[in-house]
Amino acid sequence: MAKKKSEPETKSDAGRDMELLHSMLLQRRFEERCAEAYALGKVGGFCHLYIGQEAVSTGTLSMLRPDDYVITTYRDHGQALARGMSPRSIMAELFGRQDGCARGKGGSMHMFDANTNFLGGHGIVGGHVPLAAGVGFAIKYRGGDQCIVCFMGESVVNTGAFHEALNMAALWKLPCVFIIENNRYGMGTSLERASAIHDIYERGAAYNMARQQCDGQDVFAVREAVGEAVERARKTQQPTLLEIRTYRFMGHSMSDAVSGTYRTKAELEEYMKRDPITLLRTRMEEAGTLTEEQLQKMDTEIKAVVQDAWDFADASPELPLEALYEDVYVDTTT
Amino acid sequence: MPIITYRDALGAAIKEEMQRDDRVFLMGEEVAVYQGAYKVSKGFLQEFGEMRVVDTPITELGFAGVGVGAAMVGLRPVIEFMTWNFALLALDQVVNAAAKMLYMSGGQFKIPIVFRGPNGAALQLSAQHSQAWESWLAHIPGLKVIAPGTPYDAKGLLKSAIRDDNPVCFLEGEMLYNTKGEVPDEEYTIPIGKADLKREGDHCSIITHGKMVLVAMQAADQLAKEGIRVDVVDLRTIRPMDVEAIAASVNKTNRAVVLEEGWEVCGVGAQVVDYIQRDCFDNLDAPVVRVHQADVPMPYAKSLEKHAKPDLPKTIAAVRKVMYLD
Repeated sequence: MAKKKSEPETKSDAGRDMELLHSMLLQRRFEERCAEAYALGKVGGFCHLYIGQEAVSTGTLSMLRPDDYVITTYRDHGQALARGMSPRSIMAELFGRQDGCARGKGGSMHMFDANTNFLGGHGIVGGHVPLAAGVGFAIKYRGGDQCIVCFMGESVVNTGAFHEALNMAALWKLPCVFIIENNRYGMGTSLERASAIHDIYERGAAYNMARQQCDGQDVFAVREAVGEAVERARKTQQPTLLEIRTYRFMGHSMSDAVSGTYRTKAELEEYMKRDPITLLRTRMEEAGTLTEEQLQKMDTEIKAVVQDAWDFADASPELPLEALYEDVYVDTTT
Repeated sequence: MPIITYRDALGAAIKEEMQRDDRVFLMGEEVAVYQGAYKVSKGFLQEFGEMRVVDTPITELGFAGVGVGAAMVGLRPVIEFMTWNFALLALDQVVNAAAKMLYMSGGQFKIPIVFRGPNGAALQLSAQHSQAWESWLAHIPGLKVIAPGTPYDAKGLLKSAIRDDNPVCFLEGEMLYNTKGEVPDEEYTIPIGKADLKREGDHCSIITHGKMVLVAMQAADQLAKEGIRVDVVDLRTIRPMDVEAIAASVNKTNRAVVLEEGWEVCGVGAQVVDYIQRDCFDNLDAPVVRVHQADVPMPYAKSLEKHAKPDLPKTIAAVRKVMYLD
């Protein structure tokens, strides 16, 4: 249970590393265009970008099976992409169109996809953590060996919902992997100004729960920590609390300046030296598994995929007005 | 026909549905080992085991959310709140998760869940334990809200609620659990959203639900002795509300009293009065009168509590008022 220093994987499968890099770069390029679309008024409402944290989503979700479950917060574009949801459906959702993954009714904060067991982005801080425990309960109820991964920001650990859910998950031995993406700030309030303890994976001690801290900029460190947690969930149905330390390179939302009033430009620049994509790329280049040409080709292809998603979203129809009253209730009873 | 208590009618409904469908489970505080805080789930643990009859820590927010999460992936939870007073802590899960999931997922994730427990005042439990929440819950699109007043309705509607694919808030009453009524042995369900004309009359309508149905029936009995014939419309379901049944009654009697347990401001009765003015305006012979709890937190002192609650004399006085008899 003690804090464990993650050993980076040195022997890497070149093909797998290319997939990891692709997943992370897709999120980056996709969200750069989200910011552009927001500035153009094509995306409205709240929009929280994930740039800087891509190793957490990619590292985590690369360890799951298709029949596992994922639930997350409102900062959900990156995880939706890393889970394999179609960029078209995500962009169309952002544009509020009919072909969006939630029919344009959810928007940036509420990406859902039943096909990939992506149980949503949720907008109330902490509110989705009990849902994750419920999914874990259902897995156990049916006797399956799946797990549920629940992403949350570090500010969630101060909510009652977090405490109630983690206590039950540990008490009932539910196959949940709780992932705190500690990006240092809950909106503009630093962890140190919000939590009485700062190594927040230690909150797991209160629930006698397996817990670990790891580097969220290193996709291999994330994979290793999540891999152990997933195996624990599958084999023993025990939950795990992971604190994955990362950093958001953008503001909290589109209305927040990049560095803002609560952090310095120097701090931001310091963290940006550990860009997760650059770290992976460098490692691959050093290992001789990635050439400049390959990277350029990948980047070009990804930009085309993102442009295709944009064009698709732009061409997707507005919802008919009668859709307003659809999906409030299910018509049938069982 | 067998006569059983409201409590046993509820228990029978849940038990039959658990026997019928193994996705149905009961979760809440003291539902298993203690056999139910109000003994609705007596014998359940022994019959169904601890995976399907689940005692929780005292965590309304937490276990309500566990229910919603389980429902998202195909189970059909029955979540018992020891009382709806405690469920206030769980409202984020009821409103932000259960009620909205289908909509904000574009129809992908239905939430077939029942949140149930006693609602409203009992006796001398004072302010924090004596509240009727139906107007809060009925305000929310995505929820169905049911408040049965008799054992027959309780059983038939709870079975329908458990089979419904939408989140249902099911409001019972501590003071109702020991009341008795006819409940057939054979299987039956009652459609959600249908009012029941509990008594027919042509002079005045009393529109009510839940615990107040009994008060309305007593009022109708007493008024009958004076030759006043009252229609008692038991809404049974608050959302969706049976507007046609309200209109049919009031357009027949031309006078209405709306009786509820909760507070006046923005209460269920306010909505009923709105439906009446929309659909019965030209037929009304008197302004509609509402009977409800006094606009104060519930006091402990017996005399004050009695004064605060809607009751038989207040209901009779309201009918006499709309009949211009006083």
